Amino acid sequence: MSSPETTQQSLEQTLFDAIAEIGPDRADITRDATLEDLDIDSLDLVEIAQLVQETWGVELDPQEFAGVTTVGDALDVIAARVLVL
Amino acid sequence: MRRRVVITGIGAITPLGVGADALIERWSAGASGIEDGLGRCAAFDPAQTLTRKQIHRSDRFTQLALAAAAEALAHAGWADQLPCAPERIGCVIGSGVGGVETFHAQHATLQARGVAACSPLGIPMMMPNAAAGAVAMRYGLMGPNWCVASACAAGAHAIATAAWLIRSGEVDAIVTGGAEAGIAPVVVAAFARMQATSRTGVSRPFDARRDGFVLGEGAGVLVLEEAEAARARGAAPLGELLGCAATADAHHLTAPDPTGDGPARAIALALADADVRAEDVDYVNAHGTATPLNDRMETDVIKRVFGTQAARLPVSSLKSAIGHLLGASGAVEAVATLLALRRRIAPPTVNWAEPEAGLDLDYVPSRAKPLRAAADARPAVGISSSFGFGGHNAVLCIAA
Repeated sequence: MSSPETTQQSLEQTLFDAIAEIGPDRADITRDATLEDLDIDSLDLVEIAQLVQETWGVELDPQEFAGVTTVGDALDVIAARVLVL
Repeated sequence: MRRRVVITGIGAITPLGVGADALIERWSAGASGIEDGLGRCAAFDPAQTLTRKQIHRSDRFTQLALAAAAEALAHAGWADQLPCAPERIGCVIGSGVGGVETFHAQHATLQARGVAACSPLGIPMMMPNAAAGAVAMRYGLMGPNWCVASACAAGAHAIATAAWLIRSGEVDAIVTGGAEAGIAPVVVAAFARMQATSRTGVSRPFDARRDGFVLGEGAGVLVLEEAEAARARGAAPLGELLGCAATADAHHLTAPDPTGDGPARAIALALADADVRAEDVDYVNAHGTATPLNDRMETDVIKRVFGTQAARLPVSSLKSAIGHLLGASGAVEAVATLLALRRRIAPPTVNWAEPEAGLDLDYVPSRAKPLRAAADARPAVGISSSFGFGGHNAVLCIAA
């Protein structure tokens, strides 16, 4: 259940903060940064999917990140699930 | 001729502080790292040596191993460049209980919030081989790599295994040791129910008042190299691992065999492996858990193996100062033994004051004393013993 306050911007902030907790420097996390550059692997993507579930109540199969190469791509996958509700 | 094994780097994170120097200096001064009945590494901050990602992905026992390895590899001069092809460098790190804090936390998560909330990092963090894997990944060590699990003897067994790998020619260098972070409620409770741990929370090895061990955490890491290769690269060895041996009691799941046959055989075999006579040993770093059974059995064993020499032999237990680090203890004790030999001192058995009938060795009460070898130029020789639940015995013979 998406809270009414969830916007593209707040979603981005939440996701970027979550990625920073996993490891990369906050300053390196941009829409254009690649997951490879940030050393984000499949285990991290499972954690990000869990964050989506816990924050917005949306069940996201980590497989939905297949083909994603940048942070922006991942953000789009999540936004498509979270913001449409 | 047999390939010889030299020690070129050491690192230790213990309840006495961060670094091998803190360990030997504080122990020699008779300090204790035990507070409130536990030996925690209170001064350890993983952020000092690990990246945020490494911290996020590792249990505390792996973090302790990585920090001790960083010290040991820097000490060996490996920080910028490995001494040989990475395929020729192994890594064997022991652990008694692995990532038990992670296991505990994940089980709580499962109970409270279900399967979906469990971390994908649960298994790679709790597996006891995580430390060996993480150290290899950090430094690109691509030779033989695994964990040794033999409870309280794991650290010593890991070092013995590492030495055997060098001698057999499988590797030319190896990073080895033990790591443990087992102060989790379930471990504390289980040891207490066995009546293995101290009710008073004071570690008093060989003292009449001893009432069990104090649980501790930490890691010890050593860099071992084949002696000729180390010489060729200009490394300055800190000491030599002259010999090692391992035996089994085949007696009881937890209790030591009261005859002490297994430990006695391990000490005798380690001395034979080292080509050292009993009268040439200057110092015994005891297993010395402070359980009623171990310390009596170990005293009897030392008398049996060393005969008339036993009375003049300094015997001390590091567990008096830091508690029992389980699978890390043998490794931390090997580091401490090496440094004690290098400094020509026997550090003390802290808290020892009341003798018990039959426990009449020189347990080095209160303060460090000079070794017999201090007077001459020959290397000082010591042994470090470790015995584990399951009846596992491992003994290392070190010269420095």
